Amino acid sequence: MEAFSRRWTALAVAVGVLLIGMPAQAKTEIHFWHAMTGQLGTSLEAQAKQFNESQGEYEVKPLRKGNYAQTLTAAIAAYRQKNPPHIVQVFEVGTQTMLMSGAVYPVYDLMKHYEIPVKWNDFIKPVVGYYTKDGKLYSMPYNSSTPIFYYNKDAFKKAGLAPDKPPKTWKDVEAYAKKILAAGAAKCGFSTGWPSWTMVENMHATHDQPFASKNNGFGGVEGVELLVNRAFGQKHIGQLAAWQKDNVYSYGGRGGAADPKFVNGDCAMYVQSSALIGGFTRGVKFDWGTGELPHWGAPYRKATSIIGGATLWVLKGKPEAEYRGVARFLEFLAKPEQQMWWHVNTGYLAISNTAVRNLEQGYHFVRNPKQYTAFAQLTGLPPTPPAAMAGKKAAPAKAERVATANSSGLRLGNFVQIRDVIESEMENIFAGKKSAKQGLDDAVAKSNALLKDFAATYKQ
Amino acid sequence: MRRTVFANRWLPYLLVLPQVLVTVVFFFWPAAKSFYLSVFKSPPFGGRDIFVGLDNFTALLTTSDYYDSVVSSFVFAGGVTGLSVVGGLVVAALANQKIRGLTLYRTALLWPYGIAPAIAGIIFLFIFHPAYGILPYFFSFVTAYEFNWLLRGWIAMALVITATAWTHLGYNIAFFLAGLQAIPTSVVEAASVDGAGPVRRFTAIVLPLISPVTFYLVVVNMVFAFFGSFGVIHAVTLGGPGHATEIMVYKLWKDGFIGLDLGSSAAQSVILMAVVIGLTVLQFRFAEKKVTY
Amino acid sequence: MSTLAREDALARPAQMVVAERRRRPFPWGALTVHGLLLVAVAVIAFPLYYAFVISTQEVSEVIQKPPRLLPSAHLVENYYEAWQRSGMGRLLLNSTIVAVGVAVGKISISILSAFAIVYFRFRGRQFVFWMIFVTLMLPIPVRILPTYEVIGNLGWLNTYAGLTVPLMASATATFLFRQFYLTMPNELAEAAQLDGAGPMRFLWSILLPLSWANIAALFVVLFIYGWNEYFWPLLITNTEEMRTVVIGLESLIPRSGTELPTWNYIMAGAMMALLPPVAVILFMQRWFVRGLIESEK
Repeated sequence: MEAFSRRWTALAVAVGVLLIGMPAQAKTEIHFWHAMTGQLGTSLEAQAKQFNESQGEYEVKPLRKGNYAQTLTAAIAAYRQKNPPHIVQVFEVGTQTMLMSGAVYPVYDLMKHYEIPVKWNDFIKPVVGYYTKDGKLYSMPYNSSTPIFYYNKDAFKKAGLAPDKPPKTWKDVEAYAKKILAAGAAKCGFSTGWPSWTMVENMHATHDQPFASKNNGFGGVEGVELLVNRAFGQKHIGQLAAWQKDNVYSYGGRGGAADPKFVNGDCAMYVQSSALIGGFTRGVKFDWGTGELPHWGAPYRKATSIIGGATLWVLKGKPEAEYRGVARFLEFLAKPEQQMWWHVNTGYLAISNTAVRNLEQGYHFVRNPKQYTAFAQLTGLPPTPPAAMAGKKAAPAKAERVATANSSGLRLGNFVQIRDVIESEMENIFAGKKSAKQGLDDAVAKSNALLKDFAATYKQ
Repeated sequence: MRRTVFANRWLPYLLVLPQVLVTVVFFFWPAAKSFYLSVFKSPPFGGRDIFVGLDNFTALLTTSDYYDSVVSSFVFAGGVTGLSVVGGLVVAALANQKIRGLTLYRTALLWPYGIAPAIAGIIFLFIFHPAYGILPYFFSFVTAYEFNWLLRGWIAMALVITATAWTHLGYNIAFFLAGLQAIPTSVVEAASVDGAGPVRRFTAIVLPLISPVTFYLVVVNMVFAFFGSFGVIHAVTLGGPGHATEIMVYKLWKDGFIGLDLGSSAAQSVILMAVVIGLTVLQFRFAEKKVTY
Repeated sequence: MSTLAREDALARPAQMVVAERRRRPFPWGALTVHGLLLVAVAVIAFPLYYAFVISTQEVSEVIQKPPRLLPSAHLVENYYEAWQRSGMGRLLLNSTIVAVGVAVGKISISILSAFAIVYFRFRGRQFVFWMIFVTLMLPIPVRILPTYEVIGNLGWLNTYAGLTVPLMASATATFLFRQFYLTMPNELAEAAQLDGAGPMRFLWSILLPLSWANIAALFVVLFIYGWNEYFWPLLITNTEEMRTVVIGLESLIPRSGTELPTWNYIMAGAMMALLPPVAVILFMQRWFVRGLIESEK
């Protein structure tokens, strides 16, 4: 029905355009550089196409510029050449660089300038908080996810474990892994994707531990230092290194390099981005489930996790008139139905509460409970999806996780290099070249030099 | 030797003009710009340049990471050169026997040279893949040792060396084969009459005769490994694990294009440029002598 | 010079036959050599064979254990899918334009400048000579960001000129032509001057015909260089229509870790991307090999 009426609207607009006699090729081009490949790229292009067909003034042209780092570099080079794209997709670790660049047209200001009403309060807090400065949202959240826990139900059954009970604590993980190994249900207990993000950044957040001083960097650029070599960091990374020796843990590389370990059934458990649910649904042959990130328990508080992914930044330096089209496109992406479509098609999070509520009411989470885990973990709600009923209001659920300053995001300069430093040192630790303490101390020393360098570059 | 030359006032300038233009615009100007950037700290989006003198250089030369990358570069270049030059020589010596089907063999050995390092990297990435790879799979029957290049630096290094050497093997074989065939058969036959065995014949007579080819190939392979193999490392290990495969060019690129530290990256360019120009002059002097003796 | 080489090449097989007939052939030795060579060929060809095998399989076959070493039945659909997903037609066209452009451009400017350096004495000759030769081995990654700015200032971003011209800024070809010209007997130029031929005529009708083998060899080397260049096209192309195939192949590889790599499509794409340069080598190998040898002298 809706598609039907939209088509009529489009037709009416087209006829109107013809009557006025405006040439059809006068569409203003909006260049949108991104880093999405495969299915994700296809979904992105479909969204742009839908926007282009929904109106007649603007034509969004998406272009993949390589991976995240290459896309950012290309945008920087183009900006220096005074010919930037209108919109560029930047990964979360580039946030501080973008905020400090002076090259950005903040999304909040853009929308205000073109008087496009956006319900900023409707956005999920841990997502927008990551990209908000002085109360203003600087970039439009696009593909956001958070790490969750995946497990192989078939392997659980084979090891005599309850297939519907994912481990809740790291002690559970160890015990389960040993049972699984003893039963020969898998070759390793668990593995991890994006090692720094899942095992360092998010472990500090969910245990309410600071990752960096000055409020994880939100308090300013000057004098920020990493804190990951404290007792908690040493305990967790040291434990991983010990587990690495007896296959409870098996390091599988950076990014998504370890994905096949889980997909093949080599490792029975896996910590990876919630955005992989779609990929696993298509590619995994065994029965699997999701759970929240394991916890070390007391004395640590149980806090919400932090997000990863990328946002869309609007760059300065284009003709004034074209920004209206940019604003219209971002407005389009923020619509609940687009959010829902994007979530269902890619597995990335829907970022407005309305979209999440609509998904609930459409029984999406009841039918896809795996998709709920990430929302629960980010918002602190109980991990089981509420039995959403149309018309009947469910009792508000009690939060199980607290949202704290330590769990609301990270804002560090040179974060890309810092992540590289942390992951290099993790590799040294897991390979047995360094002790956990030594490796983390080195990571902190190198990162602090990078932070200092960043502060010096932007010193007023 | 005095060469016959043509006399013309303007023509030679006209002839060298395109090359000079391209060289100035795409080499000297960017190189000068690198020198300039190397003494500044600049935010990636520009807007301001803070003069820091030689800070970018001292920062590099006082950290172990940079020396690690120098060591990695030499291990990598040495490995690639060793594997592909020695391998090329052995195969070429075999193919140089008096056998049928020489052209066929040469064809079958030459083609990997056409494969882009990035694509070779992708293929070897799959073959070495800890989860799907056929090589770790077969090794797992022989030993319990985990051939995991995601964690073990030397495996990662072996992987990128193999992939790079593979693409360059054909080129080396072609050169050695040509060099070997240029040796007059009478020389080798004379030695075999003297009762020298095939191995002795090869080391005592053939090897010295093809030493210019060998020298040339060593230099070419070294340079190729230092600079031309960026795609392999970028497609496969991204410099890891740790910094095990972070060769100098990769570090330069990573610091500049991922880390967005333009000053440090430019300083690394300047250092590399100095090294490369030094090497070029050395090689050139050598080649000059060889031509004029 | 090159006619001599040709005669020599013609003479060799005959010699070989005579030698074999005269001497008692030892079949064991020859067999061993054949055996060893076949092993070498197998080792070298295996990665490509395996990539081909993967390109014909389904995803489930790709990850099965033990690995399947024989081609499966999905060749057509995988290649079709890889072709469609990456827009292979356009990618191959662009790569061809870039590779041929780099090869022809670099060979042309090198012939001219090497000719000037060897056959003329002019003020600043030494200077020009060294200016060109310090760039002999300097790779593009070392000066890439400033080079990008130059291209931007010229307005060459996302153009074929921008893709090709900076790749011509290296002296390798000039160096090889210079070496080759230096081996030319002096009498050639003397004779030409006696006949009253000008320098351009000498270049065109005497030097060039003698350089064909070198030109062919360089063409192969430069074609491959241009085709396989990875870093530069990635940086300066701004639209899908201008991408080259080595870059386009990347779009088949999910890098963000949020999707399972479809290795069968990746390998199908890789096969299509590597076929043209490999074909160039195979078709031109006769000239290529001889040109390499002569250039090296």
